[in-house]
Amino acid sequence: MTAETVLEARDLHRFYEVKGGMFSQGGTVKALSGATFNLEAGKTLAVVGESGCGKSTLARLVTLIENPTSGALKLGGMDVATATSAEDRRTLRQMVQIVFQDPYGSLNPRQKIGAILEEPLKINTSMSAPERKQAVMDMMARVGLRPEAYYRYPHMFSGGQRQRIAIARALMLKPKIVILDEPVSALDVSIQAQVLNLLTDLQQEMNLAYLFISHDLSVVRHIADEVMVMYLGRPVEYGTRDQIFSDPQHPYTRALLSATPMADPNKKRERIKLIGELPSPLSPPSGCAFHPRCPLVNDRCKSEGPVLHHATSGWDVSCHAVEEGRKG
Amino acid sequence: MSELQAEVQNSTQQISPLRQQLKEFWFYFSENKGAVVGLFFFLFIVLVAILADVISPHAPIEQYREFILIPPAWQEGGNWSFILGTDAVGRDMLSRLIHGSRYSLYTGCIVIAVTLTIGVSLGLSAGFFRGWWEVILMRIMDIILAVPSLLMALVLVAVLGPGLENAMIAISVTYLPHYVRLSRASAVAENARDYVTASRVAGAGKLRLMFITILPNCMAPLIVQATLSFSSAILDAAALGFLGMGAQPPTPEWGTMLAEAREFITSAWWVVTFPGLAILLTVLAINLMGDGLRDALDPKMKRS
Repeated sequence: MTAETVLEARDLHRFYEVKGGMFSQGGTVKALSGATFNLEAGKTLAVVGESGCGKSTLARLVTLIENPTSGALKLGGMDVATATSAEDRRTLRQMVQIVFQDPYGSLNPRQKIGAILEEPLKINTSMSAPERKQAVMDMMARVGLRPEAYYRYPHMFSGGQRQRIAIARALMLKPKIVILDEPVSALDVSIQAQVLNLLTDLQQEMNLAYLFISHDLSVVRHIADEVMVMYLGRPVEYGTRDQIFSDPQHPYTRALLSATPMADPNKKRERIKLIGELPSPLSPPSGCAFHPRCPLVNDRCKSEGPVLHHATSGWDVSCHAVEEGRKG
Repeated sequence: MSELQAEVQNSTQQISPLRQQLKEFWFYFSENKGAVVGLFFFLFIVLVAILADVISPHAPIEQYREFILIPPAWQEGGNWSFILGTDAVGRDMLSRLIHGSRYSLYTGCIVIAVTLTIGVSLGLSAGFFRGWWEVILMRIMDIILAVPSLLMALVLVAVLGPGLENAMIAISVTYLPHYVRLSRASAVAENARDYVTASRVAGAGKLRLMFITILPNCMAPLIVQATLSFSSAILDAAALGFLGMGAQPPTPEWGTMLAEAREFITSAWWVVTFPGLAILLTVLAINLMGDGLRDALDPKMKRS
């Protein structure tokens, strides 16, 4: 089955210039250097990695809040860099929406739920007020909110309900792609499951493509079709969920997976501990960015940066050790 | 479907958010007794100002030449047709005070309206656009703040020419920096919040983001600042009037009345005391009210 590719990213880079102060030198923060991936309609791509690996930068690029420093981004076949007219931007904007991590900060505390949900329609469509209200009511029913929520303020809702509201807002424009920036990490575990199930249902119903950003691997295993593991702005492993969870190749992925807690005290697992901190993206290490913390490091890793290539296992890995067949 | 609509309508009757907000506001406001007293005194002054023509016993500029410097009615030599006495040219003090409340409230309202609109627009734009616009604007505001406010107002009035309108313009300019700084600070903080980003992703334009998304969330400190500077505006207008740069005689403005009565301060106490008292009480009442407002509106002070 070949589904429609709705999101195409080729070698995306995003650098931030940091101004030097009186005592510090300026520099360039390489928040994202070289992300390449495709996203098909109805599929979920999970982006995982620890804090500061460029996940949120990626979200900001895809939602058009920021422009990439270099690289190509295509949404629904339209190139973002060349689509500069107001008309094109509007079309692009309607294609991609975002759900934030913190449901307490993502809803305007001074607006009623009705006004929050109607805003995207008010800006982007020419629907009349009763039509908008009807659309909002329909969407609220779809995400499991009671109709009286229309007249209430965000502070009257719990975290899970707020996240439902945020999801409803993201879906008001019927986007093709929804960026989920850690949508459940601020919620209770029982509520997490409800929201995840809601997301899965909506995906099937509306054929949505999800870019699911998370550091919670158990959630990723539950929802993702494909997984991209990132380290310091670079994808280090990119494959399907089953491939990556059953047989992780990159040493970083293995360490990450071994750190996932499991509710089974009898299961003994090899725990790979990573030594040291995530290096500063202001001055990334030479060669492979992971080499100071890698258990399989050799001289080649210190001088030569690996590229994402098709490994023998059948999916993309960026590691010299995997390429050479070194085992720790 | 009709069942659903009925339910919806039912629920709107149950909780009207505005009423609930008002109720909550009053709950916190009424905890502060001083604020309630201040509010009622302020309402009294407003009423007096509105009904000035009806309740004042004489015209404020009518001179009764045979009743010059009559003391208040309860004192020896007093006259019950001039309850608070008369001034040096035989004008009724009470009527002048009653009419003076109009000028004071008028000054306060105009100054607040002008500074609030201009200050908030400038502050929001500075906090929203950042960059060189913010730097230039904020440095100008710092310069205005560095000059003593009354001195600044005096210079401006001297340039524009004395008069109540020009005094109001001058006072507005000196108050501007407070509003610009407050609204800029809130706008910077709010601009980084996720709900603003969400609106931006939904395609909201700059004006919409500034005034519909961000502004309502910055209002609480601004309202408090507005009530507090309402009283300072009255005070400053009176000070300018006293220095001869504000309202010009025979306007019954409280500060101007004080200035005219200065030479009788030892011989006829009432001509100085009553305008002074009027200023004192009005300013005190508004300040108390402002304190209560801050308690009720500032979420950081909110208990619960």
